[in-house]
Amino acid sequence: MNPLLPFEWIMATRFMREGRMQTLLIVGGVALGVSVIVFISALISGLQSNLFRRTLDFQAQIIILPPEEVARPLRDSNSNLGKQPANSNQTAILVQPRAQRLRSVDQWQKVRDQLLKMKNVTVVAPVVSGAGFVIRADANRAVTLTGIEPESYLRLIALKDKIIAGSANVTSSDIVVGIELAKDMGVAMGDKLTLRTASGGTATLIISGIFDFGNKGQNQRSVYVSFRTAQSLLNLAGGASSLEVNVADPFTAETIAQDIQAQTGLKAESWISTNAQFFSALAAQSMSNTIIRFFVGLTAALGIASVLVVSVVQKSKEIGLLRATGTSRRQILRIFLLQGALMGLMGSLVGSLMGWGFLTLWRGIAKNADGTPLFVINFDPMLFFYAAVGATLVGTLAAVFPALRAARLDPAVAIRG
Amino acid sequence: MVESDDAITLRLEGIHKAYGVGTPAEIEVLHGVDLILKRGEFAALIGPSGSGKSTLLNIIGLLDQPSAGKLFITGQPTEQLKDLELTHLRASEIGFIFQFHNLLPAFTALENVMLPRLAVLGHPDEAMRKRAAELIDKVGLTPWAEHKSNDLSGGQQQRVAIARALVMNPALVLADEPTGNLDTKSADSVFDLMRDMNKINGTTFLIVTHDPRLAQRCDRIIELVDGRIASDKVNLNVLKNDDAISHE
Repeated sequence: MNPLLPFEWIMATRFMREGRMQTLLIVGGVALGVSVIVFISALISGLQSNLFRRTLDFQAQIIILPPEEVARPLRDSNSNLGKQPANSNQTAILVQPRAQRLRSVDQWQKVRDQLLKMKNVTVVAPVVSGAGFVIRADANRAVTLTGIEPESYLRLIALKDKIIAGSANVTSSDIVVGIELAKDMGVAMGDKLTLRTASGGTATLIISGIFDFGNKGQNQRSVYVSFRTAQSLLNLAGGASSLEVNVADPFTAETIAQDIQAQTGLKAESWISTNAQFFSALAAQSMSNTIIRFFVGLTAALGIASVLVVSVVQKSKEIGLLRATGTSRRQILRIFLLQGALMGLMGSLVGSLMGWGFLTLWRGIAKNADGTPLFVINFDPMLFFYAAVGATLVGTLAAVFPALRAARLDPAVAIRG
Repeated sequence: MVESDDAITLRLEGIHKAYGVGTPAEIEVLHGVDLILKRGEFAALIGPSGSGKSTLLNIIGLLDQPSAGKLFITGQPTEQLKDLELTHLRASEIGFIFQFHNLLPAFTALENVMLPRLAVLGHPDEAMRKRAAELIDKVGLTPWAEHKSNDLSGGQQQRVAIARALVMNPALVLADEPTGNLDTKSADSVFDLMRDMNKINGTTFLIVTHDPRLAQRCDRIIELVDGRIASDKVNLNVLKNDDAISHE
């Protein structure tokens, strides 16, 4: 016996060793449960962060737009409408919603400076965006052109990471196109492409970069030009159709957007409000993960409890003997609580390793056609820690009933059997 | 003659024990037992099955509470003690030897002897091991000290149980049919060992036995019949003394 070990620890470990088959089976059961929790949690967390990344890599967290133009209802001040009396104060019954023309954010430079002073705002990029056509010989395609200032915009959107040829640093004579559009138009790096907008602006630009977003639609429809080129093409000289903003914590974007709207009077849309379905999907995934964890935890707890209840019955004479030879009820209680905790802990350690093994296997199997991982799964060491703490806690709680039963055994009855 | 408290290990005054109190099945198994055991006595408690011997032993061993009456261990009254205090008193003053299931199979002979001290101190230490080894030596099992209890014969297991009962230097050792599960040779050997320990250490022994042969080798024979002490005699065969203690 190790002199550093307390009595309860010695008894608990000896009892577990004595019933090693029971111990192994329940530790195996707990391990399997923990491995499922670790695997599912890492999988869902990986999937969510992947979806999250894919969503936020290609859109700003907050977009600031000029307020919508509204048609003002015509008031009947001169009794001209419907021949009503002069004092009737009637308004027009039909109000035609006004078409939203492309406009600039009023005094966008000042707004930008104001936003940059706000706490939590990390990047503000002015953008000029509108519809246009790319034309080459007889071929043309409708596109959304985005005029950017590369130094700010490339900090906002992960465009650089998706460039497969050239560079995203556009100058006034450059255009960056998607791989699908380049194929459709039969162009490559250095080729010229004409860009025309509905307002009559036309420019012939040199392809300085080709990107692949992994989305055919985006690859076909998005083109990037310099900020000034877009201003000129969209007839928005000196203007910015929107300001795009990133903040330190993406999940605070909605609150910050509301602050911006209150402070500037401009329309501020956060990615949270524009991706409501995405959020409800994430919430549903998290909920299903929680339900799986709950039921696996419950199963493990019931397994530990049942093994310990059987152990208490099997060892009732030994418990009686211990009580007779000076072991207190509290010590008996602790011996069985410790067994529950140890079973949970051992199960969690083995289970975490198994979970890690399953994840490694998954990484090897779940791959895209090009051999890249389907999505990135990171094995978070904190998950290992939480599994250990959680399973130890579940084991201890599961042991409460058997431990109380053992502690309450009447030693005289127990010894007599 | 009035004995001083120091000389008395156990005093029972009007011990009653009833089961199922307040129910139609209420039954009283002990009807006012009075008993005094002096320090160093080696007494046998005999009686037919169902006479209340085990119940009385459990009450004396603080494993059960009497329905009425007073119990003193080494002069200390026990009726007001709480469970934890009873446990501490039991650990320090009383040793147990049972007929069956006497040792913990997960532990070696030496560790089994250490257990009562381990429970009290909370962790093992060298003094505890040394004391247990001495006792193992005294019961002649040094070569078997590191063997698991299941590897030992019945007689050897009872020897280990005797060593364990003595490890806390108790004032009183209670033995419930300690030789009931042994062959005659082993039974004699175990009995002789208890007798030796009684003489060497001056520990009081109260032995419940059905075996009249062994009872006749005790200093005093107390007979319990139907929950009452029917006779309580000094054993003339052992002490060559015809004193008899009469009980009312």
